[in-house]
This record gives sequence, structure tokens and C-alpha cells, in this order.
Amino acid sequence: MVLKKRKNRHLLRKGPFVVIAFFLLIWFAGISLDEPGRVLEQAVRICLSCVGIG
Amino acid sequence: MEFVRKWVQVVFGFLTNGYWAFPFTRNIYPGPLKVICAPGLNCYSCPAATTYCLIGSIQQLLANVRLSLEGGQYFFGLYVIGSAGILGGLFGRMICGWACPFGFIQELLNKIPSPKFAVPRPLRYGKFVFLAVFVILLPLFWVDEFGAGGTTFCKYICPAGTLEAGLPMIFLQPDLRDNLGYLFLNKIVIMMLFLGWSVVASRPFCRTACPLGAFYALFKRHKLVKLRLNRDNCTSCGACHSVCPMGVKFDESPEDQDCITCLKCMSKACRFDAIYLEVGGMPVATGETRIRPVAVE
Repeated sequence: MVLKKRKNRHLLRKGPFVVIAFFLLIWFAGISLDEPGRVLEQAVRICLSCVGIG
Repeated sequence: MEFVRKWVQVVFGFLTNGYWAFPFTRNIYPGPLKVICAPGLNCYSCPAATTYCLIGSIQQLLANVRLSLEGGQYFFGLYVIGSAGILGGLFGRMICGWACPFGFIQELLNKIPSPKFAVPRPLRYGKFVFLAVFVILLPLFWVDEFGAGGTTFCKYICPAGTLEAGLPMIFLQPDLRDNLGYLFLNKIVIMMLFLGWSVVASRPFCRTACPLGAFYALFKRHKLVKLRLNRDNCTSCGACHSVCPMGVKFDESPEDQDCITCLKCMSKACRFDAIYLEVGGMPVATGETRIRPVAVE
């Protein structure tokens, strides 16, 4: 059992968890700056020039 | 597995485009769900879109970063980059294969019977140019006299935006037809080019021009869910080459930037269990073994 656990620990890749944790921090930083409100404000209005009209 | 993937694509298509009241309102969805990102490329000006587009939002935030700072607001796109990075770290380009509506449209078009051609390999670096130039540099530095940039990728290139938003909106709001000009013509030509190309080649936009695919490709080594190659079982028979919709030679480059983890190579092609799916380093699935290598005396 102990051997199996050690083997599994050895298999686990840390890279993805570090990457996800890093971007989670960035995501929370964005939330603390009230960026979701800005994103929502942009997303609920149609941007005609963005789709090639006007 | 392919059947499951098709259904997942359909479900994500509906989840990101779930506002079916648009024929009556004749406008886009204005609700709070649009604070959630669409994992794939899906225009948020599409009348049915219920989520925001990562590529569109990051351009908007970068284009207006000077004005935001002048107004005392610090909108650098961290929320959007964080969302994209979390998705990239979890799944990488698996999102292209399972959750991108525009990728799904290209796959359906490719089912139309016709001669099929390969996409020239050097063109696959084009998507990084679109990401760097049209999504980051131009919105940041190509600014007007007030310091505001533009959403250059959406405005000049994005065929998904033309198909999902531009065309539906001019049908829903006929007044908009008066504003159509060369810009729209340019976008129609680009859209037709990619849709026509999709009939004769597999996923050409994903492979050559998609900036979101380019961003997710940066996570090819450090994504949680990925396909791996067991070199002890691989016979280099090349069976995985012929089924890959992205032209990846998996046995030669198992961490290829274009692998969308569609699992076709694992479930359809490899007869030797040489390809398996792992989550964070832990194997979770292998292909169905049909023929095992036999030891020769």
C-alpha cells in the first residue's frame, strides 16, 4: 500500500497544478479590480464594428 | 468515443448559445451569464450567445487600457487572461476538439464529400502571428487620437464573428444593412474562404489562424488532461497519422501544438495500446485493444 502510494506520488505531474494556481491568482486579481463588471458591460452591448458592420 | 465527443460538442454549442428568444427580441442576450467565458471561439455578439468571447474581451480591454487608466480603473484583462489560463492549464487544446462551436462547424463541413487536401505545415505557425499581432499588439498600440485601440482580429479577420454575429444581426435588424461596406465585404470573403477550405481540408481555421487555439497550444506540456505515448508499445506503424483531424503525427511528436485530444488516435487507430489518456500524470484510459503484439520466437 505504501509502495503504491509512493509510486502514484512519483507519477503525479506538478506542472499543470502550478500553471492552474498561477492563473487562478491572476483571475482573482482581475476580480479584485472589478474586471468582471467591465467584461459584462462590453459583452451585453453589440459591437457593430467588431463584427464588420459600420 | 467519437460519438460521445460529437454530443459534447453539441451540448457546448447549446450551452454557449442558449438564448433562443433572439428572434423575438431581435437583439443579443443582455443577461448576467455573459460574465462567464465561452471556452471555445464563440462570438459574444451572436444573438444566441450566453457567454463572453475570450478573444473579443481581451481585445476590448487592451484597446481601452489607456482610457481605463486615465479614468483611474485598472483593467488590464487579468480576469480574462486568468479564465483562459485556467482552461488552458486544465485542458489545453482539448477545448478545440470538444467545446468549440466553430471547430464543430468546420468538422461538419469537412464531412461534405469532396477531394481532401492537407494543410501545409508552415501555415500552422500563422495562428501565433494572429494572436501576437491582431489580438495583443494592434489593439494596444494602433490607437486613435484619444488613445483608444480597436478589436482588430474581430473587426478584420474573425470568420466566427461574421458567421455567428454579423450575418444574423443584419437579418434581425434590417436597418444595419445601410452600414454595410468594404469592411463587411472583406469579412465575408475571409469567412467564405475558411468555410470553403473546411470542406476540402480538416479544421483549416483552427490550424492556421485561430488565436484562441494558439493560446491554448502554449499549454501543450503543462496541461492537466493530455494524451501520452507509451514508446514501449509503439511500433511506429503510422496508423495514428491517418485519423488525426489536425495532421498530427502523434508517434513522432506526442506533445504537438495542434493535438486537440479528440482521442481518435487512441480509440480508432492504435492497435497496440501505445496511446493513453492521463490526468495530471495518472493514466485514466487507453484505447480498446484489438490486436496485441505477439512475441516472435
